[in-house]
Amino acid sequence: MLEADAISVRLAGREVLRDVSLTLVPGEFTVIVGPNGAGKTTLLRALVGDLPPSAGGVRFDGTRLDDWHGRDLARRRAVLSQSQHLAFPFTVHEVIALGLRAGNTGAKNAGAGLIAGVLARVDLVGYEARFYQQLSGGEQQRVQLARVLCQLGPPVLDGAANWLYLDEPTASLDIRHQFQILDLARQHVTAGGGGLAILHDLNLAADYADRLIVVSGGRLAADGPPADVLTGALIEDVFGVDASRVLRA
Amino acid sequence: MSLVATLSRAPGDRSGHAVLVAGVLVAVALVTAFLSLAVGPTGFTPLGALRALPGLFSADGAAGRTAEAMIVLDIRLPRTVLGLVVGAALAMSGAVMQGLFRNPLADPGLVGVTAGAGLAAVTVIVLGAGALGAVLGGLAFYALPLAAFAGGLVTTTLLYAIATRQGRTSVATMLLAGIAIAALAGAATGMLIFVSDDQQLRDFTFWTLGSLTGASWEKVWVASAFLVVVVAVLPTLSAGLDALLLGEGEARHLGIPVQLVKRLSVFAVAAAVGASVAVAGPIGFVGIVVPHLLRLVIGPRHAGLLPTSALLGAVLLVGADMVARTIVAPAELPIGIVTAILGAPFFLWLLLRQRSIVDL
Repeated sequence: MLEADAISVRLAGREVLRDVSLTLVPGEFTVIVGPNGAGKTTLLRALVGDLPPSAGGVRFDGTRLDDWHGRDLARRRAVLSQSQHLAFPFTVHEVIALGLRAGNTGAKNAGAGLIAGVLARVDLVGYEARFYQQLSGGEQQRVQLARVLCQLGPPVLDGAANWLYLDEPTASLDIRHQFQILDLARQHVTAGGGGLAILHDLNLAADYADRLIVVSGGRLAADGPPADVLTGALIEDVFGVDASRVLRA
Repeated sequence: MSLVATLSRAPGDRSGHAVLVAGVLVAVALVTAFLSLAVGPTGFTPLGALRALPGLFSADGAAGRTAEAMIVLDIRLPRTVLGLVVGAALAMSGAVMQGLFRNPLADPGLVGVTAGAGLAAVTVIVLGAGALGAVLGGLAFYALPLAAFAGGLVTTTLLYAIATRQGRTSVATMLLAGIAIAALAGAATGMLIFVSDDQQLRDFTFWTLGSLTGASWEKVWVASAFLVVVVAVLPTLSAGLDALLLGEGEARHLGIPVQLVKRLSVFAVAAAVGASVAVAGPIGFVGIVVPHLLRLVIGPRHAGLLPTSALLGAVLLVGADMVARTIVAPAELPIGIVTAILGAPFFLWLLLRQRSIVDL
């Protein structure tokens, strides 16, 4: 369980997140949406502990994030951020192996089979020996996802849910791979794992989320099942566009 | 069988290459070291070197040695060992620094760390004759490498603080800040020249070009002590540096104690640079050429990169020293000139090839 208690975050003197309280539970795929600059990524980074809140606190399974040991936390959750830049000539195998060493699966049974399996899940069969830098943006993003999946392990391990965090996982992907990645996240959550993602496409968000959180101006504008949240009034209010142009019928 | 097993790992897994390359480099290092004992202004005398070597283990010590044995054991041997140690330190300082700064252009010599260490060393030379020498007494010999270490520590920390924002390092900022730091340290070093006497001026020249001349066993021990410290922290560092290449946040999510890894890296860079600067002056480009060449063959994973860098750095520096002391014999070229002639064009090539990374 992930609990945020009245967190505020200041960046460069400006309060970009104000008094946000949330409780996320495993088995419920939560998606954060909102316009540019609303504070979506800031919220996610505060929830994973990248940004220390200026007020309030975040608890993961009842323990404050600061009090978790880094290695233990890495076995319980994995984070896919937006950054994909790597300045050195890693092979795909080597990038994914970074996740393997950190996660649940452990280095002992980290055979080639495991990496081949996770590459198949992100539709990159046979890419092990390819150089990461020579891949397209979308392929790089899927390699990073494979790394994160390797770290994550099974949805539930020893009775505790493992959590998957995705910051705009579909940003540079074609439509087929957007579905594929969100299917993977969906499966993880349906099997009892925890899941939180930031998405831009409201239709994708509505299709995949159990729970939708709308962030606007550093505050929570709405929170609930997509059908209840995505009203015409809210879309006009938060995004400033006519709802009929955004949502599929 | 073992060779096949080593090379036939999973596709894309190059950890076997590192083992193989390390094995080859150990052999090359031994051969290079022997050649270095056999080469000198008196010509190439491998048989003489072979004859002299058993004398190292003789019970009489240095007493009953022939002139030939003395040249090999008392002059060339400490110089060769010093070359191996300094070369290993230089290459590792480059490899660690490139990992810490997440780009292949970081090199202690290029971004002012060597200049900072040199400034600290020169300060000790100037002050050492007066007040400092009186206070420290017999410890004065260690003051030089310790000062160089401290200078390296300050400059590396400063540079990292300037070049990193929100866990990401800007290559352009790093290079530009490095230029400024190097210029500042150079200016301060220049100021010290005005307040120094004749003897100190002669010592200065040594620091402007870099050289293995004047190698002694004392210098070998001092440099080795620093190198042992660096090697001791490497196992802790390598997994952390690998993950850090993804970014600080990503490394933290992988369970890496990021602050500890960064502190140890800065410490290792400063110790390696401090040791080499104190005993050999600034020798450029080894730290950038060696790790880059190895990454092409064995990949960027630090568990393989750091030890093989040490080996190739040692080979390269002893090789360069052989060139430096034979090419204009009986005079000697400063070794920094040799490494710059090899390294500077290499750096330009690297810059052109990776222009997108530098983002200028």
